[in-house]
Amino acid sequence: MTIVGWLQAAVLFALVALCTRPLGIYLARVFCGERTILSPVFARIENGFYRLLRVDPEREMTATSYLLALFAFSAVGLAYLYVLLRTQKYLPLNPQGFDNLAPDSAWNVAVSFLTNTNWQFYSGESTMSYLTQMAGIGWHNFVSAAAGLAVAIAVIRGVTRTDRTTLGNFWVDMTRSLLYVLVPCSVVFGLVLVFTGVPQNFHAYTDAHTIDGMKQSITQGPMASQEAIKELGTNGGGFVNANSSSPNENPTGLSNLLEMLAMFLISAALTYTYGRFTRDQRQGWALFAAMSVLFIVGFAGAFTAESAGNPIVHQLGVAGPNMEGKEARFGVAASTLFGTISTDTSTGAVNSMHDSWTPLGGLVPLLNMQLGEIVFGGIGTGLYGMLIFVVLTVFIAGLMVGRTPEFLGKKIERREVQLAILGVLVLPIFGLIGTATSIVLPAGVATLGNAGAHGFSEVLYAFSSATENNGSAFAGLGGNQYYNIVLGIAMLAGRFLFIIPAVALAGSLAGKTSVPETVGTFTTTSPIFVVLLLGVIVIVGLLTFVPADALGPIVEHLQMLQGKTL
Amino acid sequence: MKTASLPNAWPLTTSAIYTVVTVVLLGIAYPLAMTGIASLVFPHQANGSLVTVGRKIVGSEHIGQLWTKPQYFTGRPSAAGKNGYDPTSTGGTNLAPTSKKLIEATKATIAALRKANPNTTRPLPMDLVTSSASGIDPDISPEAAAYQAQRIADLRHVTLAKIDATIAAHVRGREFGFLGEPHVNVLELNLALDGISPKY
Repeated sequence: MTIVGWLQAAVLFALVALCTRPLGIYLARVFCGERTILSPVFARIENGFYRLLRVDPEREMTATSYLLALFAFSAVGLAYLYVLLRTQKYLPLNPQGFDNLAPDSAWNVAVSFLTNTNWQFYSGESTMSYLTQMAGIGWHNFVSAAAGLAVAIAVIRGVTRTDRTTLGNFWVDMTRSLLYVLVPCSVVFGLVLVFTGVPQNFHAYTDAHTIDGMKQSITQGPMASQEAIKELGTNGGGFVNANSSSPNENPTGLSNLLEMLAMFLISAALTYTYGRFTRDQRQGWALFAAMSVLFIVGFAGAFTAESAGNPIVHQLGVAGPNMEGKEARFGVAASTLFGTISTDTSTGAVNSMHDSWTPLGGLVPLLNMQLGEIVFGGIGTGLYGMLIFVVLTVFIAGLMVGRTPEFLGKKIERREVQLAILGVLVLPIFGLIGTATSIVLPAGVATLGNAGAHGFSEVLYAFSSATENNGSAFAGLGGNQYYNIVLGIAMLAGRFLFIIPAVALAGSLAGKTSVPETVGTFTTTSPIFVVLLLGVIVIVGLLTFVPADALGPIVEHLQMLQGKTL
Repeated sequence: MKTASLPNAWPLTTSAIYTVVTVVLLGIAYPLAMTGIASLVFPHQANGSLVTVGRKIVGSEHIGQLWTKPQYFTGRPSAAGKNGYDPTSTGGTNLAPTSKKLIEATKATIAALRKANPNTTRPLPMDLVTSSASGIDPDISPEAAAYQAQRIADLRHVTLAKIDATIAAHVRGREFGFLGEPHVNVLELNLALDGISPKY
């Protein structure tokens, strides 16, 4: 470990913290329909959207209607991308002449991008036409992020409102997310990325003749525009297979820093937005504090393990940190920081190959996902995921002292607790049962990239990543028909079976009358609450996943210390 | 009687319209506009940061290459494509630290490097014996260049000091002093070598 490595983390965190308040205020203004600095540009377009859609922006939806609108839009988006993938050969902007995808692959990709997972069993540079990249995958990058943000705002409205039982209007929240947040941020960030060296063109691949006498086909394409929303929308699907480790997508230390910042930016700001809606900023900062602790602990763990390196390679007479699957320009610090943030959030972009991390280093991204990606988390999804844990914490605190729990002055009753538990159960059910089933099926172990405990880790990582809609991988695991189908199901379940209880919980809390605070009220702003919240998150996560993790990374770590190879 | 109705138009119709409109705006207009602006403001980067010698395209600044001739610095081991450094097949080995295949491959890499650099007295750095993540890593550490310096000096009949000075002149430090790690772009370094000793 180096001081300089920690300095990178510290500067990044300082930038996130600095942006949280101004961006949080901006988001609150946007979603309350107030005038913002961008209104002169976008207000007309926004109203044009509503006229075209025949949507009355003043008319709000109940939880059920909000969910129905989201589901209808998701169904159309899924069908659209599926058809595009199955027909790209016949469509324009395909200079490399790539073929259509097979049905199972198209299903996997379509679900993957619909659910903001961006799991990729394909290599973009040899599979996807430019049209598919920008109008299919790139479009989903925008709208799946906007949908996550919209749902988060709806949930915030639900938990904070006492005067209305509605949650807002889905189409309005979508449109505002896109126009006032994601599009302007992507334009600015995309151009900065071009400046750092990310290509942005529609050329066919360029033939180079090297001075060594070799031929090389240099990949091109509209990469920067896609890279920008890939990070800002916590999507994470690479334009090329190597994702953000490719010098095309992430050429310099500066682009790397900005990509990490982009992953955290909006999710962190949402904690402040949440504080605004509750009219008590301490509510937001309490969540921010809990998230920050988990971020720092995760980075410290990964950075330590990767800096220590691989003792088996050291025995061959070469000293140094674990550089297998890492880029020279990034080194260990910038690689572990990126991997930690990418799995704190639901991004899943990688600038190093997690499959080649040391066992304990690789355990960090795995645990980040298994805790529910609530360390700032995916855009929107991180906040409503965290609020589910807050409800559980308040409930458990209530049990300890034998009082009816309250959250923001509202009574937490049986229905709310049931819904919160339903949300928490999705990951264990699909993540663990999926893993257990796969390792006993021939199709499930046919494409493992590594033997022994690490092979098991690859499967566990895949199901954790798919169900949590992360998208990063222990990428030695190859794709086949079986994984295309079952991971598709896990991704759908992880997205929608979590959104349903979250929105239902918000709907149930919306309009509940506020009971006055007394001396016996357990406040959700104190340091004690933050500690208790962290305790609940860690205990729920560990109780669920430690047995499985012990079979994978922990066993492999012990093998590595003994110098065993498989 | 009041019928239960959805607050807005039937959501599937709205969804279809919304999809069409946003695909045109975000999926087509946005990348086209970005391409237009980028090619005006940063034309070199937007078009792939190509490197030319005379009028010939010899590579891209950001994409590592396969180096086969011993009088050039070589890059890191690569898992991209059959021979490595294929930009149309990027990625790492994805082998675990405990993988027998990885350890065997690393052993072979170390042996080959020691054989190719018999006269060097400098330590073999980690990045030169491990495969990169992208398989097209354009850089090596300054130590990885230093390890190869004696070989290059011998083959090109120039002094070691001259090679070391060339390396030093092309080391890119951490950006702003703290981002990433110091590195040397191999293509840039090898072009510089041809500048100091074109005939070897």
